[in-house]
Amino acid sequence: MVALNDKNTVRRSKLHPLKFLLVISCASMMMLFAGLTSAYIVRRAGGNWLEFKLPNLFFINTVVILMSSVALQAAYHFFKTGKEKLYKGLLFSAFILGLLFIVLQYQGWLNMHSIGVELTGNPAGSFVYVISGVHAAHILAGLAALTVALVQAFSLKYVVTPRRKLRFELTLIYWHFVGFLWLYLLTFFVIQS
Amino acid sequence: MGSTPVVAPEKTREDVLIEEQGFDDHFHDHHHGDKFQSNFITKYVFSMDHKIIAKQFLITGMFWALIGAGMSIIFRLQLGFPEENFSWLRPLLGNWIMVDAEGIGTLDPQFYYALVTMHGTILVFFVLTAGLSGTFSNLLIPLQIGARDMASPLLNMLSYWFFFLSGAIMFASLFLSTGPFSGGWTAYPPLSALPQASTGSGTGMTMWTVSLVFFVVSVLLGGINYITTVLNLRTKGMTMWRLPLTIWAFFVTAIIGLLSFPVLASGFFLMMCDRGLGTSFYLSEIFVGGQALDYVGGSPILYQHLFWFLGHPEVYIIILPAMGLVSEVLSVHARKPIFGYKAMVFSILAIAFLSFIVWAHHMFMSGVNPWISNFFVLFTLIIAVPSAVKVFNWITTVYRGNLRFNSASLFAVGFVSMFISGGLTGLFLGNSAIDIQLHDTYFVVAHFHIVMGIAAFFGMFSGIYNWYPKMYGRFMNETLGKIHFWGTLIGAYAIFWPMHYLGLAGVPRRYYRFDTFDAFSHFGAMNKFITVAAIVVFALQVLFVVNFFYSIWKGKKVTTRNPWGANTLEWTTPINPGHGNWPGKIPTVTRWAYDYGKDGKEFVSQVEPLAEGELTDGEGAHH
Repeated sequence: MVALNDKNTVRRSKLHPLKFLLVISCASMMMLFAGLTSAYIVRRAGGNWLEFKLPNLFFINTVVILMSSVALQAAYHFFKTGKEKLYKGLLFSAFILGLLFIVLQYQGWLNMHSIGVELTGNPAGSFVYVISGVHAAHILAGLAALTVALVQAFSLKYVVTPRRKLRFELTLIYWHFVGFLWLYLLTFFVIQS
Repeated sequence: MGSTPVVAPEKTREDVLIEEQGFDDHFHDHHHGDKFQSNFITKYVFSMDHKIIAKQFLITGMFWALIGAGMSIIFRLQLGFPEENFSWLRPLLGNWIMVDAEGIGTLDPQFYYALVTMHGTILVFFVLTAGLSGTFSNLLIPLQIGARDMASPLLNMLSYWFFFLSGAIMFASLFLSTGPFSGGWTAYPPLSALPQASTGSGTGMTMWTVSLVFFVVSVLLGGINYITTVLNLRTKGMTMWRLPLTIWAFFVTAIIGLLSFPVLASGFFLMMCDRGLGTSFYLSEIFVGGQALDYVGGSPILYQHLFWFLGHPEVYIIILPAMGLVSEVLSVHARKPIFGYKAMVFSILAIAFLSFIVWAHHMFMSGVNPWISNFFVLFTLIIAVPSAVKVFNWITTVYRGNLRFNSASLFAVGFVSMFISGGLTGLFLGNSAIDIQLHDTYFVVAHFHIVMGIAAFFGMFSGIYNWYPKMYGRFMNETLGKIHFWGTLIGAYAIFWPMHYLGLAGVPRRYYRFDTFDAFSHFGAMNKFITVAAIVVFALQVLFVVNFFYSIWKGKKVTTRNPWGANTLEWTTPINPGHGNWPGKIPTVTRWAYDYGKDGKEFVSQVEPLAEGELTDGEGAHH
């Protein structure tokens, strides 16, 4: 693997192969959610559908996850430009905001439960639980990547190497993707109801 | 195998060309011991070398093919000889053979359904997806585009091991006391969603789902790698329009897989929620044994939509790699350029696109709106156009060529025959009005077995015979290969041709026995005939497997690098290429892959520079 990903590889495009690989994985993940949301549309068209209001927390959470994305983007900027303190601080904030997103999603599910929308029962509710649940799993994967980034940021000496830059960029692409994904899902739910 | 020392250190013309004009990527500069092949575990087990991973996919696929085909022999025995005493199968199948007081053994009907289900699952996913696309994408993509390896060898290795894990889980489910899943390979709810629906719907179905989720992961890891490698790691001069058709086929196959398999995963995920969490995605109000279950408002049709959104592209995931292999093999062995190269590429793309908008033709009988069915009929029938373009081009490629009749080219020609025969019946089934009569009959069984089962196998065999010298540095035995071909060609038609008549007469598929139905009882002799043919064909596949393994160690050695006189880059590597494929620089490409019989030369390698004023990439090739 070492020799192949180094600069000495013949490449057709300026995009690093691993970045490209991640981008098309994101396309693939997008299809997973496209499958789930189109199932929602098909099932909803079948009638016998419970209409309910989405918890407000879902909307607040959108701001949280977008802020997290912005924080990580800024952290990446300061990582490249040598502002070590800002880089570490913003990386940490991005992580905390991501964690907050999960906590608030959980609260949102509890709110749905409290107004009588259950996981089991009419599929209208099940869909929201399951789709947002699968999304939360993708956020958790992103948090795992951020944890690795944090551990490295605070344990390794601060140097900008191509390898670390690449790793950061990969994390960044994924984190933006899952943030965007939530925006898509929420828009979808709003348009559908 | 790979451990034999590299023979023939002589320099070929290609070597000189690569040295002179190849690209030096300093690949071999920093090797302090080869991390990839330093010991047995890293070389043969957790290998990150695409060539070894290809062999792993192939041999695992062959293992599953024997199991899957063996299962079909057992259920064919039941269909051909329903009155026969099967107690002799008890040592193999144990309690699945029920022995009555007189000592007469019969196959447990429940297990019959499990066999049918597993046969379909194994052949579609493990053999014709992983075993075909996994093998040849891995083997040929880096070799034919001039790359050292895949974009991510690590993910490539994981792709194989997820496949292995998936297979291990499925294999274990065969030994459950309640049996493996038995509700058909399509796993329609409620049989799949209700654990109490049948004995196989409990643990058997749970393991089936888990296994296939790992399988999806394997396909995706492989697919993202194939796409990235083709787009990113082509060598200098290897433009997209110079790619061999094999690579085009694998590339598009990977894209289809990447877009459709996640949808299957979402379908399985909702299924798991229904089974484990008590949701009602697929289950409407259901009474079991007089008791109302808790499910409310689910739709089993929803699953069919999600399943066939993968399911239909899946048949092209199976057939496109075979088409790519056949295109290459036919051109090489006919010593002629492939006819209509660009038309071949565009037809692959057209088939790929259309494959996503025809899924409901599997659901004409499930109550979809007949008006909407019209669109699916239309798009389905349009697939005949690019398919016909391909068939026309294969035939015109062979036409007036100097076809070498070896195992590889015979199987390629056999593929075209099968694809035509099976494709024509697709035109019948694609019509929703005719499908009402033919749906779920043996006509469907005959259609898809010929067009995507046998045809894909023929493409795979063609590929194996053709690239075996590259894989193992030896040839497979030609005589056995020809026996394998002729026997399988005749045998496969003997199995599936009669099934069309059964289907036209309305004989339904998946039934355990027919002798109790007056309308179908007179087909007993035909069913016997089919079963006997199936046994003969199975024996011939065993012969192939014997030939395969025998030849690894005892086959005739390859003495020249390019035994077929082919243009593509894999034949410029040493006979046993090590990690990194080319010992020095990587080749620079100056022309397309199909300069055969050009300007009096039998073949012109892709690394051969253009002569003054020479046209290439097919320009003027047919003048």
